[in-house]
Amino acid sequence: MNNHQTRNRICYAVFSLLIILAGYTIENPYYIQVLTFIGINTLLALGLNMLMGYAGQISLGHAAFFGIGAYGTAILTVHYNLSPWLALPAAIAAAMIVAYIVGIPTLKLSGYYLGMGTLGFGMIVNILFREWSSVTGGASGFIGIPTLELGPVSFSSGRNYFFLVWGFVLTSFIICQRIIDSRIGRALRAIHDGEKAASAVGVDTRKLKLQVFVLSAAFSALAGFLYAHLVFFISPGTFSFIASIRMVTMVVIGGMASIWGSLLGASLLTLLPEWLHAFSEFEMVVYGLILMIVMIFLPRGLTRGLLDIYERANKKNDH
Amino acid sequence: MLRIRNLKCYYGRIMAVKGVSLSVKKSQIITLIGANGSGKSTLLEAICGLLPGWEGEITFEGIPLKGFDPPAVVKHGISLVPEGRLIFPPISVLDNLKLGAYTMYRKRQHAAVKQTLEKILELFPILGQRAKQAAGTLSGGEQQMLAIGRALMSHPKLLLLDEPSMGLAPLIVEKIFRTLETLREEGITILLVEQNAQAALQIADYGYVFETGTVVLQGRASELLADQEVKRAYLGKDYGEFYDDK
Repeated sequence: MNNHQTRNRICYAVFSLLIILAGYTIENPYYIQVLTFIGINTLLALGLNMLMGYAGQISLGHAAFFGIGAYGTAILTVHYNLSPWLALPAAIAAAMIVAYIVGIPTLKLSGYYLGMGTLGFGMIVNILFREWSSVTGGASGFIGIPTLELGPVSFSSGRNYFFLVWGFVLTSFIICQRIIDSRIGRALRAIHDGEKAASAVGVDTRKLKLQVFVLSAAFSALAGFLYAHLVFFISPGTFSFIASIRMVTMVVIGGMASIWGSLLGASLLTLLPEWLHAFSEFEMVVYGLILMIVMIFLPRGLTRGLLDIYERANKKNDH
Repeated sequence: MLRIRNLKCYYGRIMAVKGVSLSVKKSQIITLIGANGSGKSTLLEAICGLLPGWEGEITFEGIPLKGFDPPAVVKHGISLVPEGRLIFPPISVLDNLKLGAYTMYRKRQHAAVKQTLEKILELFPILGQRAKQAAGTLSGGEQQMLAIGRALMSHPKLLLLDEPSMGLAPLIVEKIFRTLETLREEGITILLVEQNAQAALQIADYGYVFETGTVVLQGRASELLADQEVKRAYLGKDYGEFYDDK
């Protein structure tokens, strides 16, 4: 147990060092921007991983919460002239309240049915973004989202925004790790394995599923907030059904029930399209092919797959 | 301590338990025997709050259990060892046990949990040896011990077991049943649902015989064991007899 804790502490220390190192040494603004996007996607994947990987509840509508975070801050800061730092908790709270209300009926479903339920929810929210043009700007998008500022520090430059995003990522990782190592984490995995058995040992499965759904919505909304203030322009397309599927893909490719898997999955799915520009019109074909190959050869995701390879290599060395 | 009056359970329109009454006294082993589909497991599920919409009355230490959800039932001191064990296969043995104390952790009783854990590992030393292993890698008998251990983690006053002998070798069954006797000596009340009537009646104090949702016979376990009707209907069908050679 203590062993596990020290190992985690070392992991997080190394991770923070890497973030600082990357932030100060990388000069190319393009790389910094890509890394910032990876951070935002990691938050999305992490939130969904808590729900899907640990509690075993699929959601095909999580882009809705991403969108609520982004549109929430956009509307509050532009229409109501609110400070973004006040809009952040408001946007997250909005996503959590929506998740709570939607979660009560939908989380009674399971498996494919839960997938369909959340899918429908995501589509409704997306249509709302598209059609409610007086508030959201409709299909042409929302312009003029302000830059983040904190006293004298402006987060308009790439480097500062990089640190802001990765600071949030690091904090979220630690929060999730604490949850997973607690009795709640064990209970979540128990729900994944068997809801009936979990409730037989005294886990209030309905309440816990709802709580983790709300938590993952909060992470998605945080990512939405960071996204909106990074690109200053949002449109409904970013939060469509495809975006939900991309989030699910990040979790599955990276590794279910793994915090670091969220990072790996988000990195791969953010970087691949950047690398694959060279294939021009074949880009999507190669992209799909790579995802297929990963799933065929590493069916339990990158994290578990790489660990397996490492352990096998270690065993060979022992012989 | 547990009293059931005129319990009726339904699956949709089908009535699976048709007006059963029974009572369980403190520090005894009570067994419910009967063939497949006679409503024994349904009765346990009703007690645990896993089955919605039953009629009748179930009281535990004077408290009516109507409308309780499973966590509330566990908090009142009733623990279920489910049919087919239902352990959590990918989770380690130790974490499986800790899950059993889920309701205790909330009350911040970490020290008490640790003590219970040690006691259970004493009861089932094999679980200690395999603490870090994924529970799914255990053998059937070990998994059953884990399921019982997990149920004991919440300090139950009443332990419900649903077919603990299912799919296990006679030798292992004997071992598990001996553990149940130890638990009774420690003051835990046990309600044991079994198809293995012979083995169950040997350790029980009192027995109920189920047939298609009703109690057809009840009495002291020793009397049931000698009863001609039980012998013909249940013990005769029991393959355990051939192996035990009694």
